[in-house]
Amino acid sequence: MTLDKNATPASGQPTEPATGQPTGPATDESAATNGEPAAGGQPGTAAEKEVLGLGALLGRGFGGLPVLVLLVLGLSLATDTFLTGTNLDNLGRQVSIYAIIAIGQLLVILTAGIDLSVGSVVGLSGVIAAKAVFDTAGSGPVLLAVVLALLVGAAVGLLNGVLVAILKMPPFIVTLGTLGMARGLTLLYTDGRTIQPLPRSFTQIAGGEFLGVANLIWLTVLIALLVGFGLRRTIWGRYIYAVGSNPESARLTGVPVNAVLLSVYALSGMLAALGGILLASRLGNGVPTAGTGYELQAIAACVIGGASLFGARGSALGALVGALIVGLLNNGGTLLGIDPFWLQVAIGALILVAVGVDQLQGRRLVRRGA
Amino acid sequence: MSSDDPVVRLRGVTKAYGPVTALEDVDLDLLPGEVHCLAGENGAGKSTLIKVLTGAVARDRGEYQVAGRALGSRPSPVETRDAGIGVVYQELSLLPDLSVLDNLTMGRFPRRLFGIVDRGAQRRAAQDHLDRVGLGDLDLTQPVRALPTATRQLVEIARVLGTEAKLVIFDEPTTALSEREAAALLDRVGALRDAGHTVLYVTHRLEEMFEVGDRVTVLRDGRVVATRPVAEYDHDSLIQAMVGRPVQNLYPGVRHEIGPPRLEVRGLRIAGFAAPVDLTVGRGEIVGLAGLLGAGRSEIVRAVFGADPVQGGQVKVDGVRVPAGSPRAAARHGVALVTEDRKESGLLLQLSIEANVSIASLGQVSSGSVLRGSRERRHVEQAVGGLRLKYGSFGDPVTSLSGGNQQKVLLARWLATGAKVLLLDEPTKGVDVGAKADIYQAIAEMARNGLAVLVVSSYLPELLGLCDRIVVVREREIVGELPAAEATEEKILRLTSPPTSAADLSAPMPAQAPLESR
Repeated sequence: MTLDKNATPASGQPTEPATGQPTGPATDESAATNGEPAAGGQPGTAAEKEVLGLGALLGRGFGGLPVLVLLVLGLSLATDTFLTGTNLDNLGRQVSIYAIIAIGQLLVILTAGIDLSVGSVVGLSGVIAAKAVFDTAGSGPVLLAVVLALLVGAAVGLLNGVLVAILKMPPFIVTLGTLGMARGLTLLYTDGRTIQPLPRSFTQIAGGEFLGVANLIWLTVLIALLVGFGLRRTIWGRYIYAVGSNPESARLTGVPVNAVLLSVYALSGMLAALGGILLASRLGNGVPTAGTGYELQAIAACVIGGASLFGARGSALGALVGALIVGLLNNGGTLLGIDPFWLQVAIGALILVAVGVDQLQGRRLVRRGA
Repeated sequence: MSSDDPVVRLRGVTKAYGPVTALEDVDLDLLPGEVHCLAGENGAGKSTLIKVLTGAVARDRGEYQVAGRALGSRPSPVETRDAGIGVVYQELSLLPDLSVLDNLTMGRFPRRLFGIVDRGAQRRAAQDHLDRVGLGDLDLTQPVRALPTATRQLVEIARVLGTEAKLVIFDEPTTALSEREAAALLDRVGALRDAGHTVLYVTHRLEEMFEVGDRVTVLRDGRVVATRPVAEYDHDSLIQAMVGRPVQNLYPGVRHEIGPPRLEVRGLRIAGFAAPVDLTVGRGEIVGLAGLLGAGRSEIVRAVFGADPVQGGQVKVDGVRVPAGSPRAAARHGVALVTEDRKESGLLLQLSIEANVSIASLGQVSSGSVLRGSRERRHVEQAVGGLRLKYGSFGDPVTSLSGGNQQKVLLARWLATGAKVLLLDEPTKGVDVGAKADIYQAIAEMARNGLAVLVVSSYLPELLGLCDRIVVVREREIVGELPAAEATEEKILRLTSPPTSAADLSAPMPAQAPLESR
């Protein structure tokens, strides 16, 4: 996302990049504080800044970036093992799969929806890819297996999208249904058994490196950049925020609301499928229960990264940072020898703090508007 | 007017939101048995003043007395209610799914032992409240949702009276009412005064203040400019007091040539309409749609835009047929709709001013589908130019704007698309006087540039001042048409009202009248 800012054609307007990104008051104001203060004399400007003070403190609106920096600093100082190549590589690999799924989830959340089926799609696509390479014993093209699994993920997403957009069913219920269906189909397909061993050509997808950095990490960064660009700099992205803000207003403005919804659910399914393929590749086997509970991890990452479940607020960078924060807490906890049960408590509390800050901010903005 | 002690007395009341002072040193005396009007532009502090009176917000400084008894510095809404302050809200505060009965006694259920509701007592109390507003024969078991807006309003008034209110505050009560229903409501307000209640009446419609008000307090920028008998003002001097500068004629005045038909609606079959709808609007022409609330005006503009499905007929723009039932197709063919409810079906509240303006014309500011930031900025600046939009920066959230400026954003959104036909549903609802004039100017300017404009409004002076021609809708049918030169409020009212009561419009409306239009 920061790359985008630099890439914006210079126009002599320091606030330009921020206005291209409709993520609400906090981001816009942050840009104003960096450059010159927002146009003076306007009532409310100062009040917003005051609101921002609280938000900035906890990293809202920056997608949790300050929290992330603090965590990294803290862990670097507190342990000798954190800032080592092996640990960072390990951390990157762990976080990548979560982050990819979270970015898909974010697209849905931006439209004020939710996709509970992603965890099951991880399992389903993982075993489909695993089975395809297992049956051909690695002689068949791995690419075909990957494409097949991605298509299955997209198909589940598309089904979600059709039910939500065209039949107007609530996203929570729709994806709760497909969560059960996809998991059941996975177990039926595998008879509940793990598929292994998988050929090296397949495990290399996640295991391989490029320029000394794991493929997984490259892929995650690439996806975050692509989705970030799509959200901030394309018509499609703007339409997603519009639909999330108010679908009826969007429809009456000529936004193709159904097409937007179909696209985000399909993409969420496809990115979950990618996560599933990478997980199977990383583990070296296709586990039918893989991905259980990942939907909640993904939602947590989005929310910690500044997304609002009411839609129209959040960014791809935020989802990535959110996933990193959760990953760092887990990783750091292990390094520091903290009881993993307490870590769960901490991550849960972090979600409440993140959403609580949002609420406070929202309430103050409303009061100001009165 | 009585010289008794005031029912409500405010002295030096000040309220600030952060650095923004909403009220400064406000003194107000509300006397027994008077209708006291509160006048001021949006943002002048009217809403805050009401909130201070009801305890919705705490004042920072100043005294607040009800019937000579001082209230604490942070009275709660329950305390102010018990002290005798009742409010009829702009957005009705009834619970739509509960019955009339439950709504009337909500929060004050007559109880027996163990908290069991005494249905008999509840029913008697509710009936008593309804009788007072002339709704004696309303079915108590109906859910409020099933009632027409005007009737709901009366139920709300009945509810407020049921709290034994010493002061009844009306906050923009006629916004959602038709001309006729509003007249009935004003009679009701007069009756309350005659029964000895004190009324604080807040409205944007100046005519109503002259009709029903005894005294008026004018607020400007949070300060009281004057408190005087209404009779000492006339229309222009009151506006001048509110705005702080003389305002020329609100309406744009001189009209010009009307060109060939631009919007042609032929045999449009709309759900619930007995007959197909035919309408033509010429280039540069402004046509008004008049009618009672629920007569089908909004349905017509929504059907033309394709917002709701239609069962047949066609819409043409410059002779080109617009595919039915798709707002996207309508927008592409140059049709634009600004709906009645900005927040529900117009604005994208989480997005910036800029994103709200450009959303309908993103294709014009992108290469392929990639947005060009600086091109978008220029495009938005151009669309907003001439609308006198008051804003901080384009990146600010659209919610930072006042109602009138939000409406301008919606106009700019469609101006930016290069629309040919503009459909406006209540374009000045909840908009203050200064912004109203700007919006009228903008509409006239668009017409001058060749747009065909169709305006729905419940505010007759607006239609008369703005339109070249007025089409009247009654009970889901177009029943007549009047050229601007011949139209008068009375002629329009005669057409909008059902034939049975059209015979005697000058007589006071019975309070039950709104029920007939159900």
